[in-house]
Amino acid sequence: MTLALFTEQLLNGVQFGIMLFLMAAGLTLVFGVMGLINLAHGSLYMIGAFICATVAVATGSFWLGLIASLAGAAAAGAVMEIVVIRRLYARDHLDQVLATFALILIFSEGTRWVFGSFPLYLDIPPILQGAVFLPGGVQYPLYRLAIIIAGLAIALGLYLLISRTRLGMRIRAGESDREMISALGVDIRTLYTIVFALGAALAGLAGALVGAIQSVQVGMGEPVLILAFVVIVIGGIGSVKGALIGAILVGVVDTMGRILLPQFFALFMENAQATSVGSALASMAIYILMAIILALKPQGLFAAGA
Amino acid sequence: MKRETIINWVLGLGLLAFPFAALYLDEPFYVTLATRVAILALAGVGLNIALGLGGMVSFGHAAFFGIGGYVAGILSQHAFNDEPLFTWPLLISGTSDMPVIWLVAIVICALVAVFIGLITLRTSGVYFIMITLAFAQMIYYFAISWPSYGGEDGLSIYVRNGFPGLNTLDPLQFFLICCAALMVCLLLSARLRDSRFGAALQVARQNDVRLAATGIAPLNIRLVAFIISAAMTGLAGALFADLNRFVSPSMLSWQVSGEIMIFVILGGVGRLFGPLAGAALFIVLEFYLGGVTEHWQFFLGLILLGVVLFVRGGLLGVLAGRRDHG
Amino acid sequence: MKKMIFASLLGLSLTASAVAMAEPVKVGMITTLSGGGSGLGVDVRDGFMLAAKMAGNKDLEVVIEDDARKPDLAVQIADKMIQKEKVDILTGIIWSNLAMAVVPGAVGQGVFYLSPNAGPSALAGKGCHENYFNVAWQNDNLHEAMGGHASSAGFKNAFILAPNYPAGKDALTGFKRFFKGDVAGELYTKLGQNDYAAEIAQIRASGADSVFFFLPGGMGIAFMKQYAQSGVDTPVMGPAFSFDQGILKAVGDAAIGVKNSSQWSKDIDNPANKAFVEGFQAEYGRLPSLYASQGFDTANLILSAMNKADVKDADAFRAALKEADFDSVRGDFKFDSNQHPIQDIYVREVIKEGDVLTNKIVGVGLEDRSSAYVDACKL
Repeated sequence: MTLALFTEQLLNGVQFGIMLFLMAAGLTLVFGVMGLINLAHGSLYMIGAFICATVAVATGSFWLGLIASLAGAAAAGAVMEIVVIRRLYARDHLDQVLATFALILIFSEGTRWVFGSFPLYLDIPPILQGAVFLPGGVQYPLYRLAIIIAGLAIALGLYLLISRTRLGMRIRAGESDREMISALGVDIRTLYTIVFALGAALAGLAGALVGAIQSVQVGMGEPVLILAFVVIVIGGIGSVKGALIGAILVGVVDTMGRILLPQFFALFMENAQATSVGSALASMAIYILMAIILALKPQGLFAAGA
Repeated sequence: MKRETIINWVLGLGLLAFPFAALYLDEPFYVTLATRVAILALAGVGLNIALGLGGMVSFGHAAFFGIGGYVAGILSQHAFNDEPLFTWPLLISGTSDMPVIWLVAIVICALVAVFIGLITLRTSGVYFIMITLAFAQMIYYFAISWPSYGGEDGLSIYVRNGFPGLNTLDPLQFFLICCAALMVCLLLSARLRDSRFGAALQVARQNDVRLAATGIAPLNIRLVAFIISAAMTGLAGALFADLNRFVSPSMLSWQVSGEIMIFVILGGVGRLFGPLAGAALFIVLEFYLGGVTEHWQFFLGLILLGVVLFVRGGLLGVLAGRRDHG
Repeated sequence: MKKMIFASLLGLSLTASAVAMAEPVKVGMITTLSGGGSGLGVDVRDGFMLAAKMAGNKDLEVVIEDDARKPDLAVQIADKMIQKEKVDILTGIIWSNLAMAVVPGAVGQGVFYLSPNAGPSALAGKGCHENYFNVAWQNDNLHEAMGGHASSAGFKNAFILAPNYPAGKDALTGFKRFFKGDVAGELYTKLGQNDYAAEIAQIRASGADSVFFFLPGGMGIAFMKQYAQSGVDTPVMGPAFSFDQGILKAVGDAAIGVKNSSQWSKDIDNPANKAFVEGFQAEYGRLPSLYASQGFDTANLILSAMNKADVKDADAFRAALKEADFDSVRGDFKFDSNQHPIQDIYVREVIKEGDVLTNKIVGVGLEDRSSAYVDACKL
């Protein structure tokens, strides 16, 4: 493998990690502030993609679709919080798992009911079509670069929001002491709704951005959901910084595993078998990574409050 | 008799009587349905030991369910083709004898549980939920890409494995085997709960420090409970493979972990007969709604949501009132 | 999971079939109607029901249930249909792993199983059964045809990839069986993977002159979209699954010009196919897919056998099925000794007709193709 190819693959890994971060950011926020396990986060991701695809086809503009997906997912999140999630904060994780599992069933089948069984069309905007040459002669799709930039911008935005604004202060206070903050007169119910809607909007945005280069179909949220959970657990639940680093770690390990493991086994195995064994191990790589990290650091890399 | 005891009797006898009623009404399919309930309830009984008694929320019990299934599938395939499993260091051949298969499934699941438990039990809370999921996912992807036993296509069991003195091909006799396995495991869990070990486990759930102060290591107690829990779920998996005459990686998927958990929560966490009530309700809903509408999953979701929001403590919580201990 | 008693609905349409057989035939359809991949099940069902409606045979009764793509649920529904509904024929399963779960048990209980989509190699060879008929293809067929086409189109150095599961391995093996050139690279991706940046980078680095991929469902949509953006211009080809009517809209213009292999296409010129394509559009308001054509043929095969024999006489009915005396929308169609089709596999190209993406036939990949496993079957 040449150095240029290696660099390109590393970039691919980082880029995959950033895509995971878009999804994981909202999840870890909701988790950190409300202590809620939300399996239905993947459904919000799906909703974002479906709204974006529908609006983009109707209006002919991807950007309108993107805005609609942000707004639509935030609205769906707020409704979900007020109707269902609000009742779950005081419950244990088990009830949360069951209730949000039920929400997955409702959202998946509901979406299929409304949009039909076939995948939707969503293409990237013309301005971001095609590939560009990076320094070093690597040809790289423009849209993927845009995703990297969007992801980093969101990470920065979240950092500023949490560390510099009044809302962020309340969020931090809510993370550390729920009773105290409501005793101080902060409307905790509204705060929770806002945080949940924010997390939902991030998921919806991720669905729209990623949906444009993947497929927009029912059930698209669940595989990403599992990966996002892996990310936030590795990073330390509740920590946005942890989610970013965890996501990039997962992205790089997964990508490099896919590329390097088959080649590694080919050193001492027959080719077909090496490909098969290497790929099998590669698909397990991130879970092995997660098990090792948790075995060494049971609270993840950047445990909130540690 | 306490109200919960009465309800337990009703549930147990109801399950036992159901297939006979079905046969009397000439509806043999319901025997299969009851067998499915019994087996999935058994998987739930296994999880309930970890989850209900020990407070260990395992989101990876599909691993044991699937391993149990694969033990049944692999041993019977080797017996069917008359190929030995290993020739070295000693000759081990396949078998189509249920008791042997169960024993192997239990032992292997226990061994895997030792390994997984030693690593996962260092964590707690959400981290425990997710690390158990991670192990199940590892095994899932391994099974998908492992070519010798069918990979994602799965493995067929051409003839259901046998039990000495019984004809397992007869649905009723197979049901009775599964039902007996369920009852034995229920009895074991009851004994376990009321034993000194069970008491220590429940203390460990509520307060680690208090238990440690008595000189018992909470980790060891939890590990033993996790192993027993895994072994029971593995046994259920072996029976499930025989019921479907088929085993595939889908038995190892995270959705199955979720479903087993749902049986326990629906029925009432920590209740002895909770998993039976939960599994029965879930299967009946799935079966009934499936016959009514194409969008059955939508309504299943609504019902589950309604139960968790408005029915605190699961079915047995409603029927039998508050729990008096634990 | 809709349950339909179809017979009564047919009372008004057309005249009843010429030969009125004593017993009605009850068909149980287990297919995927919910969740991911439900588009395939919907198409098989719609194709099948269209044929039933066009024939207007009152003796054909169909019950339909959704398997949600879960093997154990499919087995439960099969048992229910056999034991409770007393069906004579089962059909409808989309996925190989579900077929492997259901078929051996079902044919063992004495019912017929007609596969409208999946054709795992195990059931075509050693595990073949006298009551199991495949009306679609053996899983390797479309990949084999693509391999043949790649050779005759002059490609010398192909990069091939598929998911790491049995159907994926069969796909690459099938392609290599008829491809005479070299393999520049061979990759197995994770099942359900949706990001192919790393694989595309490897394709570019490999110097291959062509790319063959088998990535069914959402995986293929994702791959094609990302490939189109990558700046790599090596020609791509694959089996019809990633370029068929239900999915083409989602792939978009990225698919234009791609060669793909299929045993059916909407422009095959015969009266049965014309009636099918027109009827399907009139009934459902969309173009039919490969899967719909397979469902349509399956129903017509059953109807043809019903006209010849009583389903309760299993031997006679089996013989009638085996004759395959119906007008297939693909043209010539007959069964080999393992009861899998012998048929032409075409090469199609994705084109744009007005605003609609669709396919047109540009050649034949393999003529009268049977399956590689037929000798292992002892029927």
